[in-house]
Amino acid sequence: MPASARNWILACLPAGVVALVISLVAWASSSPLKKTEPIPVLQNEDSLTRTVDQVDQFFTQEWQERELVPAAEADELTQMRRLSLALHGTIPSLEEIREFQTMSGDDRLERWTLKLLDDRRFADYFSERFTRAFVGVAQGQFIVFRRDRFKAWLSEQIQANTPYDELVRKLIAGEGLWTGDPETNFITAAVADGNLDRNKLTGSTVRAFLGQRIDCAQCHDHPFDHWKQTDFEGLTAFYGQVEVQVLGVRQNNKLKYEVEDRNTLETRTVAPQVPFLNECLPEEGTLRERLATWVTHPDNRRFERASANRIWGLLFGVPYIDPVDDLPAPTDLTQEAPKLLDILGQDFRENGYDIKRLIQIIVASKPFQRSSSTDMVDAEEIQRATRAWALFPLVRLRPEQIIGSMLQSSSLKTIDQNSNLFMRARRFFSEIDFVREYGDLGSDELNDFPGTIPQALLRMNGQFARDNGSASPFNSVGRITSLDISNEKRIETCFLVCLSRPPTAEELTHFLKQYESASNQKQREKITEDLFWALYNSPEFSWNH
Amino acid sequence: MFDFPLFSQSLSRRDLCKVALGGTLSFMLPGFDLQAAQKRGPERRKSVITLWMGGGPSQLETWDPHPGTQIGGPGKAISTVVPGLQISDMYPLLAEQLGGMSVIRSMVSKEGDHERGTKYLKTGYRPEPTTVYPALGAIITHEAPNKGLEIPQHISMGNTQFPARGGYLGAHLDAFRVPDPGKNIGNMRSGVGDPRQERRLENLDVVSQAFRRGRTIQTKKTLHQSTIDRALTMMSSEQLQAFEIEKEPAAVRAAYGDSPFGRGCLVARRLVEQGVHAIEVNLNGWDSHANNYTGHQTQSKILDPAFATLLKELKERDLLDSTIVLCIGEFGRTPKINPLDGRDHWPSGFSCIVGGGGLKGDLIIGETDPTGKEKDPTEPVRIQDLYATILQKLQIDFTKELISPIGRPLALSDGSPIAKLV
Repeated sequence: MPASARNWILACLPAGVVALVISLVAWASSSPLKKTEPIPVLQNEDSLTRTVDQVDQFFTQEWQERELVPAAEADELTQMRRLSLALHGTIPSLEEIREFQTMSGDDRLERWTLKLLDDRRFADYFSERFTRAFVGVAQGQFIVFRRDRFKAWLSEQIQANTPYDELVRKLIAGEGLWTGDPETNFITAAVADGNLDRNKLTGSTVRAFLGQRIDCAQCHDHPFDHWKQTDFEGLTAFYGQVEVQVLGVRQNNKLKYEVEDRNTLETRTVAPQVPFLNECLPEEGTLRERLATWVTHPDNRRFERASANRIWGLLFGVPYIDPVDDLPAPTDLTQEAPKLLDILGQDFRENGYDIKRLIQIIVASKPFQRSSSTDMVDAEEIQRATRAWALFPLVRLRPEQIIGSMLQSSSLKTIDQNSNLFMRARRFFSEIDFVREYGDLGSDELNDFPGTIPQALLRMNGQFARDNGSASPFNSVGRITSLDISNEKRIETCFLVCLSRPPTAEELTHFLKQYESASNQKQREKITEDLFWALYNSPEFSWNH
Repeated sequence: MFDFPLFSQSLSRRDLCKVALGGTLSFMLPGFDLQAAQKRGPERRKSVITLWMGGGPSQLETWDPHPGTQIGGPGKAISTVVPGLQISDMYPLLAEQLGGMSVIRSMVSKEGDHERGTKYLKTGYRPEPTTVYPALGAIITHEAPNKGLEIPQHISMGNTQFPARGGYLGAHLDAFRVPDPGKNIGNMRSGVGDPRQERRLENLDVVSQAFRRGRTIQTKKTLHQSTIDRALTMMSSEQLQAFEIEKEPAAVRAAYGDSPFGRGCLVARRLVEQGVHAIEVNLNGWDSHANNYTGHQTQSKILDPAFATLLKELKERDLLDSTIVLCIGEFGRTPKINPLDGRDHWPSGFSCIVGGGGLKGDLIIGETDPTGKEKDPTEPVRIQDLYATILQKLQIDFTKELISPIGRPLALSDGSPIAKLV
């Protein structure tokens, strides 16, 4: 090779490397998915509309009987914010708000809901919620329990819209390795100290899928419910032949389920038996398969009622019946009119236990659309209305929703699977750190707790809040400051980005005064930072309303 | 929110200066601070400092050595100032300071799992899925709040996987967590100067007002504003200085040891002086399934100076009579040494050190079998009995029943006080 050619190559090498790196980064940060999904067209679903009407009728009658005047309908942007928080765990982005505003038609909220449900963020967010309900937040026994795999598996199932009954059967009866067959982590989550805690499995099965707490019956007959210790033992015996060993979760027909009698201290073998609906228990299959079929049997109304109550809770932040896993026994529908959970449950069962459909019904019905503000001034009256769902409840956002919203509001564009790697990584790590510092609600996330001082401190002064709220060319604070728009528009954009609503007249006047007093870019930047700080720390930001 | 101090023993700033000054001098000249002692008097509200040994320390390499036996391993024992009490020779400094403290060698639990064990040991109730029990510190804060305090009364220092929770008493009683004590109180300081902070708060008022319209009562119930107000009070409070140890003499800081745990113990002493009544300092790293002995040597180098200096300072400042100090983990370790030279989980017959706060001292309670064959120790002490003892000493009626969220009446503790200790 001539020297000149070699020199030429040497000279070009650095540039070549740089070009390669740039193209690799560009490739890695581009999304493997196609850009934006088209907004779905609504199918004319008569049966769905019929159920929504039935739900609305139920509430109209309730409110009438209790002499309650329901709150007015919340405006569309407020409903849109509720939907995003419930289904994606964040507030809507400016981009999404603009997109929504260009849509026309009376049914645009319904179509928007479908779009949110199709988005991968829905499956990812809901899989975490389900994971908490099924196996809690504990990391569990090292090696035999892989929470991340379990969550990813659930996300796949939700995305594919696997019927919920089928999903639950897989959890109860699954076999195999916790890595290869991640559904079996439902079983291995109950491994503690090297042993499979079958009592724990029974407790969580009944709580998560049937909405009943029978844990007390583990040691004694339930103090005020009709559960007996023998009920608990009989149910646990269905888990008596499951084994966790090197090859994963396995069925071992030789195992007998034995308990030590607390009084006589003698061991006795317990036969598997169900506490009710014996006729729904199949003869065929392994013990766990039989249990799974019984739990999800169409005649086992506890299953559909518990599911409806949990989904309701995830959408409103509070379950229809609180606590989410302690429901009254189903009533005889030949004697009494169906209540809300019966209406929702029946539709759920008759339409293939379709989670997305159940969500569509709930968000399309009257309670989800009520405003959270009212003319009522009497505290008791307000409480009565809230309890009857005639007024939308104020519910504290979960830590993930707070951080998700803070991150989203720091970017004008939507942060989703189409965002670049950097943004997604930032979201991932910030979420873990923030949630840890904010204090995770664990599996009690549907309980009503007030905020705490450390949380207020974290929102006001925490590192993440500082980074997010300080102007930079890459975040909304910096972008909004430097955009060549009027001050009115600037303020409006800040409000839309953080609170998903335009400012009120008073707010506009207050902040306009500040911007008008700013003589240079630097001062304007500080004013935007201080405006964002106020929006982040307002109750409106950290409460669902 | 913050009423004028309700308790006569709450300290004014001037008192605090005196205490701080007296304390500093007393460190140099032990026995000098008689006046401070008189001032505080016996009626001082009591505090509890829990030194939490996360992972479960081996009783055999700490407070219950069996030197020369098969179960004792390579460990040796040393005598302490408490007559008849021998502890592991890895704790020479502590051996000097244990006067007035007691050792319980017969703690018995039924939870051999870290998470369940921790929950049991931090609350006095065995964990169950439907009820989150409040930790000791939350109970104390709930039953005996210090209204004069501008900083939280329930504080947990150092990293821990299972921090002390408010449980069914409410998340507002969760321990206030300080992950890196003595170093970083980051979130407690505003990032901007006063004029900007004022503008921010003014902005916040304007934005909050719009939201309150039509939601006055609902927003009040969220406690959002009052939580912010409390956080702001805390940010501007002089009491916050309890977290700052820079002004402590270098010798004092060195004596505690420059570890998060050592600094945490020093901050704990400063918090007690400030009137904080429930403090937890975490030290992880006791899970010694392999190389148990060397692991304990490493840990003891952190624990020994910090624990010993804490006791020494509390005594010198006449604070030990009003401060219960408890050093405990979630369980102990098997008498049998496994093939990895480690010891596994052992919830039966493990040890703790407890004393101060008017508890009877210099006692050794319970005995474990030197051959390791007997699983159960003599004079077994249940976890709830330990908590009943502590609550009784704090003059909190531990038999009092609260209604849990599922409508079940629950006593603060269902144990009974250990007769020898009270």
